Amino acid sequence: MANNNNIHIPELSLVVLMGASSSGKSTFARKHFKPTEIISSDQCRALVSDNENSQEASTDAFDVARFIAGKRLKAGLLTVIDATNVQESARKDWIRLAREYHVLPVAIVINMPEKLCVQRHETRPDRDFGKHVIPQQISQLRRSVRHLKLEGFRNIIELRTPEEVDAIEAIIRDPLYNNKKEEHGPFDIIGDVHGCYDELVELILELGYQHTEGIYSHPAGRKLVFVGDLVDRGPKTPEVLDLVMTNVKAGTAFCVPGNHDAKLVKWLKGKDVTIAHGLQESIDQLNKKTPAFREDVKQFLDGLISHYVFDGGNLVVAHAGLREEMHGRGSGAVRDFCMYGETTGEIDEFGLPVRYNWAAEYKGKAMVVYGHTPVPEPQWLNRTIDIDTGCVFGGKLTALRYPEKELMSVPSQREYAVSKRPLHKKEGQLSLQQQHDDVLDIADVTGKHIVETSYGHKITIKEENAITALEVMSRFAINPKWLIYLPPTMSPSETSKLDDYLEYPTEAFEYYRSVGVEKVVCEEKHMGSRAVVIVGRDENAIKQTFGIENEGIGTVYTRTGRHYFTDKKTEQDFLLEVNDALEKSGFYDRFQTSWVCLDTELMPWSAKAQSLLETQYGSVGAAAKQSLHSAVAALQQATTRNEAVFSLLQQYKLKQQQTTQFIEAYCRYCWPVHRLTDYKLAPFHILATEGKTWVDQSHEWHMENIQLICEEAPAVLLSTPYKIVDLNNEASIQDATNWWLSLTAKGGEGMVVKPFDYIHTNKKGLVQPAIKIRGQEYLRIIYGPEYTTPENLNRLKSRGLSTKRSLALREFALGVEGLERFIKKEPLRRVHECVFGVLALESEPVDPRL
Amino acid sequence: MLLTITSTHQPASDLSFLLHKHPDKVHEVEISTGKAHVFYPEVSETRCTVCLLLDIDPVGLVRRNSGPRGNDFALEQYVNDRPYVASSFMSAAIVKAFSTAMNGRCKDKPELVTVPMPLEVELSALPVRGGEAVVKELFEPLGYTIHLQRHPIDPKFPEWGESRYFTVRLSNTLTVQQLLSHLYILIPVCDNDKHYWIGQQEMEKLLEKGMDWLPTHPAREFITLRYLKHQRSLANQAMEILLKDEVSEDDEEETVEPEQKLRIHDVRLQAVRDELVNAHAKTVVDLGCGEGKLLRLLLAEKQFERILGMDVSYRSLEIAQDKLKLDKLSPKQRERIELIQGSLTYRDKRIEGFDAAALVEVIEHLDEPRLAALEKILFKYAKLVDVIITTPNAEYNQRFENFEPGQMRHNDHRFEWSRAEFQQWGNRIAEQYNYNVVYKPVGEEDPEVGALTQMAVFKTRNSL
Repeated sequence: MANNNNIHIPELSLVVLMGASSSGKSTFARKHFKPTEIISSDQCRALVSDNENSQEASTDAFDVARFIAGKRLKAGLLTVIDATNVQESARKDWIRLAREYHVLPVAIVINMPEKLCVQRHETRPDRDFGKHVIPQQISQLRRSVRHLKLEGFRNIIELRTPEEVDAIEAIIRDPLYNNKKEEHGPFDIIGDVHGCYDELVELILELGYQHTEGIYSHPAGRKLVFVGDLVDRGPKTPEVLDLVMTNVKAGTAFCVPGNHDAKLVKWLKGKDVTIAHGLQESIDQLNKKTPAFREDVKQFLDGLISHYVFDGGNLVVAHAGLREEMHGRGSGAVRDFCMYGETTGEIDEFGLPVRYNWAAEYKGKAMVVYGHTPVPEPQWLNRTIDIDTGCVFGGKLTALRYPEKELMSVPSQREYAVSKRPLHKKEGQLSLQQQHDDVLDIADVTGKHIVETSYGHKITIKEENAITALEVMSRFAINPKWLIYLPPTMSPSETSKLDDYLEYPTEAFEYYRSVGVEKVVCEEKHMGSRAVVIVGRDENAIKQTFGIENEGIGTVYTRTGRHYFTDKKTEQDFLLEVNDALEKSGFYDRFQTSWVCLDTELMPWSAKAQSLLETQYGSVGAAAKQSLHSAVAALQQATTRNEAVFSLLQQYKLKQQQTTQFIEAYCRYCWPVHRLTDYKLAPFHILATEGKTWVDQSHEWHMENIQLICEEAPAVLLSTPYKIVDLNNEASIQDATNWWLSLTAKGGEGMVVKPFDYIHTNKKGLVQPAIKIRGQEYLRIIYGPEYTTPENLNRLKSRGLSTKRSLALREFALGVEGLERFIKKEPLRRVHECVFGVLALESEPVDPRL
Repeated sequence: MLLTITSTHQPASDLSFLLHKHPDKVHEVEISTGKAHVFYPEVSETRCTVCLLLDIDPVGLVRRNSGPRGNDFALEQYVNDRPYVASSFMSAAIVKAFSTAMNGRCKDKPELVTVPMPLEVELSALPVRGGEAVVKELFEPLGYTIHLQRHPIDPKFPEWGESRYFTVRLSNTLTVQQLLSHLYILIPVCDNDKHYWIGQQEMEKLLEKGMDWLPTHPAREFITLRYLKHQRSLANQAMEILLKDEVSEDDEEETVEPEQKLRIHDVRLQAVRDELVNAHAKTVVDLGCGEGKLLRLLLAEKQFERILGMDVSYRSLEIAQDKLKLDKLSPKQRERIELIQGSLTYRDKRIEGFDAAALVEVIEHLDEPRLAALEKILFKYAKLVDVIITTPNAEYNQRFENFEPGQMRHNDHRFEWSRAEFQQWGNRIAEQYNYNVVYKPVGEEDPEVGALTQMAVFKTRNSL
């Protein structure tokens, strides 16, 4: 190994240095490795005992060394153990650790002459142990050197003289054979072929490859990747092998080994193997070929690498799949997993071993493509997919196009072998992912979490907020499969500088201009309850898309994920009306979808906020009305005796007037609901439809498309009046301001100003997606009956918006992220993470009047 | 906010001497939450009326930040009835404005202090939790004649019903000092609101003022209880912030279940404990452990080597931690028990591998469709040997007085099952996940409607 004055070791290895005291291990390590890569036993002894020579501390020091090494290996970092390691018992632990993390153990033996070690020892005053240990260590070391291979070391480098040590210029780290990260594809990954040559050729041609002299090349530079099990059972195993070998050699294909391939190698090597599971066919077919061909096959199959990591780590291909912690690692266990998977030890009804469902627990970022177990249809589960569609059993041969994630397959020409486990697809079942998503894992939501979003970067969810969100989600929320989105909070405008107003349009327009928005949309703000509406054409659409059965054609939920309607029948009747309007307006066809998710305001306010109205607004009104009536009467009576009471009387008359206005204010948003048409639904965002979110469209687009739907059901659907405002045009601004004044004069809640584009970013990132400007009378409900009294208003004007605005941005980013993950059909836990995050952020303390 | 006291004692104007407030002036006193005005609308030899009018500063209420920390973000704190009703603020104003009278002093006419006189009181808006009966229970034993007028929440919306505000007229013959001390204590008792802005110490001071009559008042326990209640926990405040308009505050309160309730709960827990003991379980998990009543029973059994209490309410876990005195257990005992926040709608590896699980009155708090998740978490993933589930027997509800058909025993119950419904559910689960199940009544069994509570005891067939 030590040739050309360079040493080669695998890039991810556990390097175990060995050598007697004073043999120069630490110096060697310092010369060739980064300081953070070296774990020195002396240093660990010092850490736990303040004395790096303390032998009593050795056990604890070893624990520390092992702990650090474990953490590093888990993270995929090369690690060097700088300790004498002259005894097998000491080395055994390192071998075990390397195996635990599936990295290769490397031995570097610094086997120096005794005289040299003793000499060096004597020049080191810090060594307080006798020099007699050195010869002992050297003899132990020399006795063990030849056993190192047997102990499990993959690479063994022995240096016998100081000259040899000095001569080494560098330690070269070779990439692991499985590391094909620099291969970015595109790829066409092909499932288990099992000698089905004709189907294979048909599929490859269909994929667009061109054939010249045995080599299949693609005009777009695509490459083939075989998931293994090329051989056995099928009619043309040698032809398949020839094709794959030729193309791998030519660099147009990659191949990982399957269990059948491995067994064939054993046979080719002349080992004793049980001939079963279609091996006989391979043997018979290969026996008709030349010995030279058989030798080529042996070499080829024997040299296959357990799995490949492609495209910067984004794609992993292994025959039976691979757990995340084994990606890009090398060990016997990894190889076994790649070829055989894991079994639970149970046997199923067909006498086959039950496979452990590693994919159900898979949470890695890399896509894992595999075969091994024949399935009727390839199905995604947590970014993994089994593409063995049982061609040899009369199914089909399937290719997965990467990165497109498209499937292409050709049917089998006939059933070459009979499968023990029937390959029928069970009709009407939920998809694997949907079944898996029936239950979410608590570990994915509790504790401090960081959610990565495309628009808001990384968003941190604090543990204490997750605690609250968990309780609300568990106690009150609907089936999490519905919850693909929770609406973000919305900030009001900066406080108005005008005397009589807390909020006024000027500040909102100024804000948007200051962040570089030139055009905004003003939408009338309805006073009801925020509601998310999901509706499908029929129950089947819901089942297909959401994996929900027997819960109707949709749902209406609140901003905390609760049912809006307490009564299921009312909800479904209401959704039928909405569905009807969608059908009539041609929405489903126009959007090529069978479902839609809408962001809406559902009125009346009193329908959902009944208890709040009764216990709070109505009660405050009742109490104030009664007591102020008595107070004014008493004061009035007192004025006949005492002039001094007069100013008090005036004050209380004002309070009385304000109370009347307060009661009028909330009454505007209350009406009884006896029938469906007493509800009014005002949608304002078309959030998502099949395969698409609509956050790339302008608010004008949303308003126009919603209007088309609303026109079909004016009894329950309300289209929202809006105005487009050019912020560079004073007249346009004045017009919008006047509009706001007239809306609020009629008692309206006010308006919401949004940037023209749904998502607007500038250098600093997202700008506020919406700002509300609430009317004077509406604010009486929020700030109390007497808020307009000048001394009250002046104090109320000092309010801070920064927390609210920051929350609004984070919740908005999470909301959009959840939708996008949903339409990309990501696992529910990835969608839920966003929704849960919004709920958690909503429990952050912030002034509720904003 | 308005308290009116009228005297018809002759001469009526003596009232002004007793209160130490000149009848021709408007007096203003500062109280912590604003101001109070004292004035006389009517003064004659036969009749004298004094008004105590509160002028609470609604913005200052919040800004002064005198309430306990953590309250600051509930919307109700901003728009509330406090400025307009007779509450503990009124008590604070009484003691400030009429301190001499309350202390039984009268400089000019000391002889009046002990003279009982015919007095009438009007409170324009008194919030009363518990309605008319409470007012009577509080004031009648003290000799008052009571006239009440209840106000609707909003006459425009008759369906919203009655508010908790009464205009209260009381008349009695007693000393002014007695009258003030009664009002001082009983106004906040009627109100019984969360005392955001009054510190604990101040509350205790209030109680002291009633020492002359409170010990003999038949409702003294009720009065004391209402004072000490309503210390809101931080955890619940967070919930309130989150749910703002969606959960009525009564959600947390148990509806009135019959008196046997307390007893039956103990019976239920003992029954569950006995099942766990008989199952020879060594490691047990109490799912929905609440404040830890079952955990206490389990801790007492040496058989249980590991006990895990799980609840979704963090607040309950804090209380359980406290009640079980976990901090004071010996290290060995402490090792046996652990409390975690968890949910029955999420798979949780921490509960996997236990011998047994108990769910005491838990499933009925989940929306029925969510049981599908609970079922998988419990029976498919946790792979417990024994599972014990109790739930109300809805058939028994007809034995409760004043129970309307369809009414449930608790506001948060999402369903209550008959025995047949429970067994249908249990049998399907047992079948699907390979368990045996038996059903047992808990509590005295009524021949017709069964027991108050029903229990299912599941045992896996895999271990047989």
